[in-house]
Amino acid sequence: MTARPPRLREKAEVLDASALDRALTRIAHEILEKNGGAKDVTFVGLRTRGVTLAQRLAAKIAAIDGASLPVGTLDITLYRDDLDMIGAVVRATDIPFSIKDKTVVLVDDVLFTGRTIRAALDALIDLGRPKMIQLAILVDRGHRELPIRPDYIGKNLPTSRREAVAVRLTEHDGEDRVVIEEPEEA
Amino acid sequence: MGWTRKDLLTIRELEAAEILTLVDTAASLQEIATREIKKVPALRGKTVVNLFYENSTRTRTSFEIAGKWLSADVINFSATGSSAAKGESFVDTARNIAAMSPDVVVVRHSSSGAPALLARELSCSIVNAGDGAHEHPTQALLDLLTIREKKGHFEGLSVAIVGDIAHSRVARSNIHGMKKLGMTVTVAGPPTLIPPYAQELGCKVSYRLEDAIRDVDVIMMLRLQQERMHAGLIPSLREYSRYWGLTLDRLAAHARPDVLIMHPGPVNRGVELSPEVADGPYSVILDQVSKGVAVRMAVLLLLAGGRSGEAQAQ
Repeated sequence: MTARPPRLREKAEVLDASALDRALTRIAHEILEKNGGAKDVTFVGLRTRGVTLAQRLAAKIAAIDGASLPVGTLDITLYRDDLDMIGAVVRATDIPFSIKDKTVVLVDDVLFTGRTIRAALDALIDLGRPKMIQLAILVDRGHRELPIRPDYIGKNLPTSRREAVAVRLTEHDGEDRVVIEEPEEA
Repeated sequence: MGWTRKDLLTIRELEAAEILTLVDTAASLQEIATREIKKVPALRGKTVVNLFYENSTRTRTSFEIAGKWLSADVINFSATGSSAAKGESFVDTARNIAAMSPDVVVVRHSSSGAPALLARELSCSIVNAGDGAHEHPTQALLDLLTIREKKGHFEGLSVAIVGDIAHSRVARSNIHGMKKLGMTVTVAGPPTLIPPYAQELGCKVSYRLEDAIRDVDVIMMLRLQQERMHAGLIPSLREYSRYWGLTLDRLAAHARPDVLIMHPGPVNRGVELSPEVADGPYSVILDQVSKGVAVRMAVLLLLAGGRSGEAQAQ
């Protein structure tokens, strides 16, 4: 299956801290616009950085609209379609609210093949029957292998398959930044 | 860390980090029990065989539920009502089952080492669900998970294990696990039921219940197996109960107010535990049982969920 990736070096900066923040502000407004307000909207973030982004989106909506929207955490390890899940530690799914008849905004940092989102949709639907699931992504880097399309996109970023997109967030990495990385080679 | 072993045979052979991987994974999987739809697809298409040569309610049922919640196909095989009753040997039976290509075989047997024998003979994963007086690793793991949930950590905790230590696979697995995780273990019971290995493993030994339970964080009472009485190891049930039964009075007089009372079941009410203690506020006996399913899901998932220990996902 997937071999250990080679060492990567930074190729280019895609978003700096203020651009990242502006992208999230715009997505927050789009969520409110598309859903006609914040009623029955809930956030579910994909571990790990999707959860942080979901919390930031919820905070922005609270600032704009005054609504306090719940944020849940989804771990999709048990739903992956590849067998090399060993080494990926199973973490808890923690969605302390009912998603039944709610609009669930699924949040992840990077959208690539779409397989993670496929797994997340299965995992979510096992937890109840939401009225609607929408997908918010900070960086859409293309190369989809499944018919999955985000509803909210922070940045469209054409990449080659050998590159990697790293979303760095203050809570985990000490800085807010998105960079493209490429394999380190001679 | 990841998991690289083919089998789970003993706690003794595990590193502390491996024990923590199992406990952490089990802790994450507990959430499944609270769902409306208690099923995840992780082990879809995998087959788990429960090969039980000894009676068991909790362990077999919880392995079965664990497998089913993970979407594995679970087949139960018990020695009665099978060709084992017609005299087929243990290894022959196991080879026949292995020929049907299961992914995991869960074994309980009255002979110590039976799971290890199968692990050598068969290429599928073997889980020891209790072998003789040797080990019962999944019981120790669920005990450890219960302790961590209630106390928040392992390092520095002190535990008293009370009763028939010599014949208890639960005690042995727990002692190994607890020592590896930095806990202090006192074993207590009548001298005839304290094995020589206890001190070698670094346990304190106590021959008085009142001394053993003083200032410990956890008291683990073991089931008195009544057949021991016939072997002349204890004079009578009544005497055992009088000296070694944990009653509310003893608890109030000698133990800490935040002590946890554990028991691997089945409880002999009125022998090792008085009913008020078994059902009382200190008791976490039913927590242990519900943790059992999560622990067995973790074991099945780590053994059957894939085999590329070094390939860190992503």
